[in-house]
Formats: sequence, C-alpha cells, structure tokens
Amino acid sequence: MADTTVHEVGLDAAAPVAHLDHDTNTGISNTKLGMWLFLGSECLLFGGLITTYLIYKTPLSGPTPEQIFDIPFTSASSFVLLMSSLTMVLAVSAIERGDHHRLRVWLAATAILGSTFVAGQLYEFTAFYREGLGFTTSRFSSAFYTLTGFHGVHVTIGILMLVSLLLWSLRGKLPEHRSETVEVVGLYWHFVDIVWILIFAVVYLIP
Amino acid sequence: MATPDPGQLALPSGNGAVEHRPLGVFTRPSSSKGWRSWFTSVDHKKIGVMYGAAALFFFIIGGLEALLIRVQLWAPRGTLLTADEYNQVFTMHGTTMIFLVVMPIGAAFANYLMPLQIGARDVAFPRINAFSFWCFLFGGIFLNTAWFLGGGADGGWFMYAPNSSVVFSPGHGIDFWNIGLLITGIASLTGAVNLIVTVLNMRAPGMTLMKMPVFTWMTLVTQFLLLFAIPVLTAAQVLLLFDRAFDANFFNVEAGGDPLLWQHLFWIFGHPEVYLMILPAFGLVSDILPVFSRKPIFGYPFIVFSGIAIGFMGWGVWAHHMFVSGIGPVSVLVFSLTTMFIAVPTGVKILNWTATMARGKLKLDTPMLFCIGLITMFTIGGISGVTHSVAPADTQQTDTYYIVAHFHYVLFGGAFFGFMAGFYFYWPKVFGYLMNETLGKVNFWLMFVGFNLTFGPMHVLGLQGMSRRIYTYDAGYGFEFWNQVATIGAFVLAGSIALFIFNIFYSRAKAKSMANPGPDPWDARTIEWMIPSPVPEYNFDPIPTITRRDDFWYRKYGETEDHMPVRIAATDEVCQSAEGEHDVHLPSPSYWPIVTAFGLPIVGYGLLYTHWLSLIGGLIVVAGIYGWALEPPDDPEAEHDHHDDDHGPVGEVEPDRAEDEDLSESEKEVETVG
Repeated sequence: MADTTVHEVGLDAAAPVAHLDHDTNTGISNTKLGMWLFLGSECLLFGGLITTYLIYKTPLSGPTPEQIFDIPFTSASSFVLLMSSLTMVLAVSAIERGDHHRLRVWLAATAILGSTFVAGQLYEFTAFYREGLGFTTSRFSSAFYTLTGFHGVHVTIGILMLVSLLLWSLRGKLPEHRSETVEVVGLYWHFVDIVWILIFAVVYLIP
Repeated sequence: MATPDPGQLALPSGNGAVEHRPLGVFTRPSSSKGWRSWFTSVDHKKIGVMYGAAALFFFIIGGLEALLIRVQLWAPRGTLLTADEYNQVFTMHGTTMIFLVVMPIGAAFANYLMPLQIGARDVAFPRINAFSFWCFLFGGIFLNTAWFLGGGADGGWFMYAPNSSVVFSPGHGIDFWNIGLLITGIASLTGAVNLIVTVLNMRAPGMTLMKMPVFTWMTLVTQFLLLFAIPVLTAAQVLLLFDRAFDANFFNVEAGGDPLLWQHLFWIFGHPEVYLMILPAFGLVSDILPVFSRKPIFGYPFIVFSGIAIGFMGWGVWAHHMFVSGIGPVSVLVFSLTTMFIAVPTGVKILNWTATMARGKLKLDTPMLFCIGLITMFTIGGISGVTHSVAPADTQQTDTYYIVAHFHYVLFGGAFFGFMAGFYFYWPKVFGYLMNETLGKVNFWLMFVGFNLTFGPMHVLGLQGMSRRIYTYDAGYGFEFWNQVATIGAFVLAGSIALFIFNIFYSRAKAKSMANPGPDPWDARTIEWMIPSPVPEYNFDPIPTITRRDDFWYRKYGETEDHMPVRIAATDEVCQSAEGEHDVHLPSPSYWPIVTAFGLPIVGYGLLYTHWLSLIGGLIVVAGIYGWALEPPDDPEAEHDHHDDDHGPVGEVEPDRAEDEDLSESEKEVETVG
C-alpha cells in the first residue's frame, strides 16, 4: 500500500482503528440504541392489539366491561406497577454510584412489585372467568384477554430479566462498568409500565 | 495468551487454551474454517452468503410452484392440479417468493455489503445477526414442511379472514403459514434492530450520513420499514393463531368479528412490505449505474430523500388494496390521492437514474444490463401501479391478472432484476472470481424476454377479465392464446435461472486457471472495492477515513476543471492488501444463536400437534437465551492486541465545510498531477 500517495491527497488511510465497542457515531451505545429501536417496534405491536380491543370492546353476548371490571382493585395493582418504575430508577442510580448493596435491594423490590402486579392480574383473570368471561365467550373477552395477557407476559419477561440481574450481581458478575445493562433493562421496564398506563386508561377507565 | 497462528488472520478464540462453558454444555467454538464453522459463525459475510444461498434454494421451490401454475393454465380445463392443490400452490408460491426469496436476498445484500460500505468490521450485534438468519431458515423450512404434513396453506399470501378460519380451511396448512411467518418475523425484527444500529453507530471515521453509499441508505430505510411493519403483521398473526388454535373470536363473524380488521392490519404491514422489498434493489442500482456510466450518481440528495419519502409515504397508502371492500367514499378518495402522490418520489428516482446514464461513457456489462432492465421494467410496473389509484378503474381490475402483471413487473422486473445486477456485480467481491460475461449477457436477454413473455400478456388477460386465483378457465373467452404465451415465457424464465446457476459453477471451474480479479475489477466507486476479493475476515485493516462520497473513486481519480476524471493514483496503490500480518480482534463464534432459533419451530410443531412439545421447544429457547447471556460477546481468551482507541469515528461535524475542503484539495491535487 502506498501510504505516501494517499497522504498527499489528504486521506489518512493509515489512521488508527476505531474499536468496535467504543465511541459510536451517535454517542449512544449499541445496546441502548438497539433497545430503543426494539421498544419503538413494540409500540406498533401493542398499537395493533389496542386497536383490536377498541373495535371489539362491546360484546354481542356474555358479560360487558361495565359488569365485570373491578376498577378499585385494578387501580391498586396499577399503582403497584407504577411504583416499580420508581424502584427501577433507584436501582439504576445505585449501580451508577457503585452501591451494589442498594442495587440488589432495589432490583429485588422492583421484581417483587412486578410480581405483585402479575399476581393481581392472574387473580383478576380467575375472578372474571368465574363470573362467566372465558377466553372464547365473546369478541370482547378474546380481545381483552389477549391485550392484557400480552402485557402480562411482557411484565413476566421483565421480572425474569430483573431476577437474572440480581443473581448476576450476587455472584459478582455485574460490575460497575456494566451499569448500562441495568439501565437497558430499566428502559424495557419503564416501557412496559407506560404501556400499562395506556392500557389501563383505554380498557378500564374510558367507558 | 497463545500466540496467533500466522495462517489464521483473524483470531476467533484462544486456541483452546481455556474452555469457557456457559451452562456447562458446549465448549466455545473456535474454528473459523471448515463446514462446521458456518453453523457457529457470527461473521456478517458468511451470514450474508447463507442468506443468499437459502434464498436461492427457496427461489427454486417457489419457481417450481410457479411452473405448476403456468402448466395448469396452459389450456382451458387444465387437469394437472385440482382446485384445492391449485389454491395451495399459488398461496405457497406468493408466500415463498415474498418472505423467503425477495426479503432474504435483500437481507443477504444488507448483511454482506452494508458493513463493508460503511467501513465496519461487523454488524453491531454479531450473534443476533446469526440468530436472525437461523430464525429465517428454520421458519422457512417449517413453512414448507406443510407440504409433507397435509398440504400447504390455501388462503392466498394475504390470508384474508374469515376464509382463513378453521371452518373454511380445516387442515394445518394455514397454521404452518402463520407460525412459520411468525418465526421469520422474529428474524426480520431482530435483523432490523441490528442493521439500523450498525448504520447509525458504526460508520468509519468521516463517513457522515450524507456520504454513505445509496445502498446503505436504502438499507437503513428498509430496516426502519421492517422495524415498524413486522410487529403489525405479528399482531394480526397472533389474532389468527388464537382464533385457529384456541377458538378466539377475532374473525368469527358470528360473534361480531370483523374481517376488515384483518385486511387493515395485514395491509398496514403489507404496503410498507412492498417498498421494503424494492428499496434494496433501488439501492443496488444506484450504486451500480454510476460505475458503468463513469459518472457520479445524478442528484444524490434527491435519490436519498426520495427513498426516505417512499419510506414515510408507504405507510399512508395501504387501503388502496381494499377499494372493493366497502371502506367508504372518503377513505377511497384519500387513499387514491396518497397512491398518486407516492408515484412522485419513485419517479424522481427513475429520472435520476436516467440522468446518471445520460452523457456517461456507458459500459454495457451484465450488471449494467440488469440495471437498465430494472429501470425499464419497473417503469412499466410503476405506471400500471399508479393506474390503481384511479379507484373506479381499480374496482374493475381488482382480482384480475392485471394486478398479477403489475406486481410481477414491480417485484420481478424491479426487485429481482436489481438483485441479479447485484449478483453479477458483487460476485467477484464475495467469491473471488468473475462470472462469465457472455453467459451473463445471454442470461440477461433470456430473462428479459422470458419475463416479458410471461407477465406482459397478463395485462391483456386481466383487462379481458380473467380472474386470478381461479384454477382454470373455460374455452371461448379469448384467454387461450395469451395464457399459452405466458406459459412459454415462464419456461424461458426458468431456463434463464438455470443458466444463472450453471454460470456460477462454470465460472468457478474456469476461475481456477485464471488470476484473482483483484480488489477492483469494475473500476468502482465505493470503499468495499478497496479491500481484497474475496473479502478477508476482518474486512478493513486499517479502517479507512472517509472524506467524501464515492471515497474510493476519488482516491483513484481527481477532476479537471470541466469535471472530467483524471487518474491520480493506480488502483493497486490505494487498495488494501491481504498480505502481511493482520492482527484484528473479531467477535467470537457461538453456538447459542442456532440453538435458540432451533427451539422456535419445535414450539410451532407443539402448538399444532402436542402441547408438551411446545414445552420442550420453549425450554430450548430459554436455555439458549441464558447460555447466550452468560457467554461474553467476545471470548476473553481471544487475542486482543490491536487496540488503538485514540481515533474514534468522527461525528457529523460540519459536513459542509469538510466537503468544501475536499473540493479545494482535489483541485489542488489535479493541478500538481496534471
């Protein structure tokens, strides 16, 4: 390679190599940007399911939303889920400060709050089923269980990620310089919370 | 650390010194050579080649299905296929060609080329890249196993409800279609995230967005379309899956299910899908035409921004597929208008390509012929497409062969001709030998003639009123002649594909006695041509600093005052060499992507036959994900010497000023050289 010629034109072909993992063009790390894009895609998935629910919210037979929803109960479990976003923020802030003890406390708290929400959803589903709202009962029931069930699965996956992080941290495999892993899981967690605000409003609150 | 074996240029792992066993199952794979390495490779180039090879395999299957259709329609009252078999064949033909051929060939080029065009060593998430490929392959195989397990899907590739319900299609064909495409959807989605991050984050120093080659731009737009279109299809398919597997009521008309919901969801995905199939080919043509015209692309910003405009406007035209479904006059009006508008950015591209060729020194090599084929054929397809925006006319044409003619002119005459241009153009870069030029030209003309014989007559048949998706027709409607022409054309087309495959092996055999074509056989413009052919595992060493568009060209050529190119450096001087020691740290191969992807079709079979099989598949997926997460992306034992961090990629700082400086520099250079 004739570096001299190239240098004359002002093209530094021998310029040092940018390392794969550092210094991205946007300044956002690959993992974080990837998660943001994935969440953007998730918006469309939930968009499709929410639209479906809105079209089918009035059943032709079987229990109607007004008859079956227990709004105070769901409000309480929604509050629990929203509080888990706070503990998630505290977890991220703890690892960024290098406080591994608090990281574990807040990760565990987030996972417990999330599990409480999922348990509430399972209780709710069971109660609805006993009142005669099966998955195949009406177009409303199919749309309701699919939408909220999809969200519940998302929360469950989030809980699995939180517990995995907790286990890694306990085994000393989550050092401070990997705090971004916690942050990225946090992004997912907050997204799932925000989607629930939307679902709670659209499904339960708006008549 | 073990010392590098000099024969092994890039070092995947630590030569077996320390075994890393996540979950205690596998030793981390270390070889980057041999057939086994393909299963564990995370190299974007190998994955790109596998995408291409798998797509060509599915192309042969889809092509055979097309030939069955054409033989059945050769004469009135054909008896080769029954009505039921015909339904399966045309459904699987459409599904295969769209999801398993055109999309993956786009993915093949995106995977192989895009990192090279932006001067990267690999994609952002190499293991996710491998996972995407295996999901696509397993999804495609799953879809096609339907043929052996009771017959393929029979509802058309759009699978309209309620025709797709268990009542009207009691077999498992539609379930195979549904679950198979859910799996390939995962492939597309993870691939989209990966490639977008790669383009946005991993460009070489100086490669600002507006200096990127057009193919890279079109890849970016395409992947954004995938990112947002695939989840809509996934939502629709989940509804269909729940309807068929668990008796939900989404499309059960009796319980108030609305078939139009499926149509809307499907086409909100389906129309961006159309553009994400054509845009990679547009990108290829935009990079190939300037090489054989020996001129820069005419109006680069227009090409880029019209591509972006297509990306945005593609979301606002979906209901033109539904003019006859009773969506109401306001909707029809709005979607007619948007459909007319979207022809504008497409027209801009056609204009730019023609203007690129105008007054250029055209070299009519095979890739160029296919490019010109694309421009002419796509123009015909585009014009017949814009006629659909006239709703009253479209109402007459819906479900006739006129539509079939239109989208084949767009997808075969457009996308596939572009891919053929890309195959002939990039073959030496990928495999290290040129395809035979004479055979290539014969290949082009056979394909061009066969294509027009097959699909040209369908315009006439459609306007005569021949319906699509009907397995036969009666004598006396005047359909006989043009159907026979189309069938003859289909066999000519098949011959041209056979010739292409023959050319691959023929040229490879001939190449053994010929010299390597060198890094730059076409005197090309973009930086993927400055590295050896075939591309070494580490791509670039060193990574080039980019100062302008078509950077490689301007390393070779300056400009005189009247903008004529003047040679300023010999090609060999500005190209990189494979010789010498290249101590480059690369992502390590991994078993986990293929393991994780392998669990998905097992879940699928479980959903159809016995649910405990789903559990096993699910466990494989979960185990795969945990093995993956516990395995560091880079093998800690791999060599890690080459570590200069003081020259990170330059951001988009003052691109205008940088360009001004480039101009003055090149002028100065010409003065000294001249």
